[in-house]
Amino acid sequence: MTPGRRFRIYLLEARFQFVEVLREPMFAIPTLAFPLIFYLFFGVIMGTRGVSLAVPTYVLATYGVFGVLGPALFGFGAGLANERDTGVLLLKQTTPMPAGAYLFAKVMAALIFGAVVVAALFLMAAHAAGVALYRWQWFALAGVLLAGVIPFCALGLTIGAWARGRSAVAVVNLVFLPMAMLSGLWLPIYMFPDVMQDIALALPAYHHAQLALKVIAMDAGQPVPTHLAVLVAETLAFLAVAALGFRRADSFSMRRSR
Amino acid sequence: MQARQAHAPSLARLSRVTHRYGPVLALDGLDLEVRSGEVLGVLGPNGAGKTTAISLLLGSLQVQEGVASVFGLAPGAPEVRVRRGAMLQISGISANLTVREHVELFRAYYPAPLSASRLMAMAGLEGLARRRYGKLSGGQKQRVMFALALAGDPELLFLDEPTTGLDVDARHRLWSEIRALRESGRTTVLTTHNLDEADALADRVMVIHNGRRIAEGTPAEIKSRTAGRLVRCVTRLAPDAMASLPGVVEARTRGQHLEALTTQPEVLVRELLARDEGLADLTVVAAGLEEAFLALTKDTP
Repeated sequence: MTPGRRFRIYLLEARFQFVEVLREPMFAIPTLAFPLIFYLFFGVIMGTRGVSLAVPTYVLATYGVFGVLGPALFGFGAGLANERDTGVLLLKQTTPMPAGAYLFAKVMAALIFGAVVVAALFLMAAHAAGVALYRWQWFALAGVLLAGVIPFCALGLTIGAWARGRSAVAVVNLVFLPMAMLSGLWLPIYMFPDVMQDIALALPAYHHAQLALKVIAMDAGQPVPTHLAVLVAETLAFLAVAALGFRRADSFSMRRSR
Repeated sequence: MQARQAHAPSLARLSRVTHRYGPVLALDGLDLEVRSGEVLGVLGPNGAGKTTAISLLLGSLQVQEGVASVFGLAPGAPEVRVRRGAMLQISGISANLTVREHVELFRAYYPAPLSASRLMAMAGLEGLARRRYGKLSGGQKQRVMFALALAGDPELLFLDEPTTGLDVDARHRLWSEIRALRESGRTTVLTTHNLDEADALADRVMVIHNGRRIAEGTPAEIKSRTAGRLVRCVTRLAPDAMASLPGVVEARTRGQHLEALTTQPEVLVRELLARDEGLADLTVVAAGLEEAFLALTKDTP
C-alpha cells in the first residue's frame, strides 16, 4: 500500500468515525453536554458567588478530565463493542483496511470530542466565570487534559474487548460515573472519607486529574512521577487485558453465527 | 483472468480442513476448490459449516488443521485482500452514515476501486446515496453490503447467504445482479441454504453437511440426485440390495425402516414387493427439491 493511500484511509476512517458519533444523540448528549452543563452550574453560577475563584478554577481542571474521559469510554469502549457485535469489524478485517486506521480513527474521534469539550470549558471559564490563568497554564492544562485520551482510550479498548454489544454501554456507565466521582472530578477528594480516598489512588482518572490540578497548583501534593508511573502502568495493563480479550474472542467469535 | 476459459485454474482452495469451536466440530476434513470464472454454490442446512469455510477463505478465522489458500497465498495476505470482496452475514454497518459515505470509505481501502456511481448502479442504489444506512429497508441494506463487497473491483467475491431475510422481489433483484457479475468475468462463491438459489445462480454446487462434502456437481446433477421419491418400508432386505437398482440415488436403514431415494419409484417398489413378501408399512413420499435435499442431508442414526 502506498503511503498516500494509507494516509487517506486513516483520514477517512477518522472523519467518518467522528461524523458517525456526532450523529448519535445517545453519545453526543452525555459526553458533550454534561461537562458543559456541570460547569455552567457549579463553575459559573454557583462557583462565582464567593470572593475567590477557587471553585471555577478547580472544576475547570476536573470537568476537563471528565470531558476527555467520556468520549474515550463511550466512543471507543462502547463503540468498539458494538462494532464487534454487529460484525462491522469482521467485515472491515476482510478488506485491505489497515487495523491501525481503525484504532487511529477511534482515538482521533475521542481526541477531537475531548478537545471540543475542553475548548468550550476554557471559553466559559475565561469569559463567564472570570478564571484567570497564566498563558502557559492554559496551554499546559489543555495539553495535560488531552493527553488523558491515551490511558482512557486504553481503558475503553479493554471494555470493548471484553464486553459485548449493549452490555458494554452498561459497563461503561458503571465505570464512567463512579470513577468520575471517586476520582474527585465533581467534589475535591479531601472531602471524602479515608476509605474513598484510598480507592481514588487506584483510579487513572484520579491521577490524571491530579496532574491537571498540578498545573493550577490545586493538587493534593503527590509528586508528578508517581502520577505518571501509575498512569503508564495502568495503560500497559489495560492494553494487555484488552489483548487477552481479543485472543479469547478469536476462538469463540464464530460460534454464534456458524 | 485471461486463462479462465482455457484451464479454469483454481483461485481458492481448502484442503483437508478440519475446524473446531471448542468441542464442536464445524468442518471435518473439508475439500473445496473455487475455479476461475465460476459461480460456486456452497449449499447446506444451517450449521453445516458454510460460514466457517468462508471465514477460513477470508482469513477471519485461523486454520487449525489442513490448508487454506486464495490466489495461491494465505487467505489473510494483503495481496489477497485487494483482489477479493466479501458480503458477510452481519447485522449491519453504522446506521448513522449515509450510503454514499459507506461506499466512499470502502472505495478508499482499494488501489483501483470501481467508481461510486458505477457501484451504486450495479447494486441498484440509485437515489439512495444520501439516505442513512439505518433508514434503509432490509433489501436496500443488503444491496449496500453488496456494493461494499464490489468496491475494490474484486476478481473473487464471497457472498455468505446474501439473500437471507429478503422478500421475493429483493431476492430476485440480487440474483440478477449476481448473474451480471458472472457475465463480467468475476468468480463468485455463494453460500446458501436455499436449493433454488443455488440452482438459479451456480455453475457448480457443493453440498456440505456436518462439515463434510456430501455431494458436488452441476445444479442439474445435484437436482437429479435429490429429485424423486422417498420410498420407506419395513423389510428384511438390506439397503445394499436396493442401491444397484435403476434410479436409486441412495438407500439406507433408518431404525426399523429401509429408506431409498429414487427417481424411478415404480421399479423400486415392484422389486421390493417381489423380493420380500413380508414387507410392511410401505410409503412413497413425493419429495420436492427441498424435502429431497433435506433427506440427503439427514443424519443416518
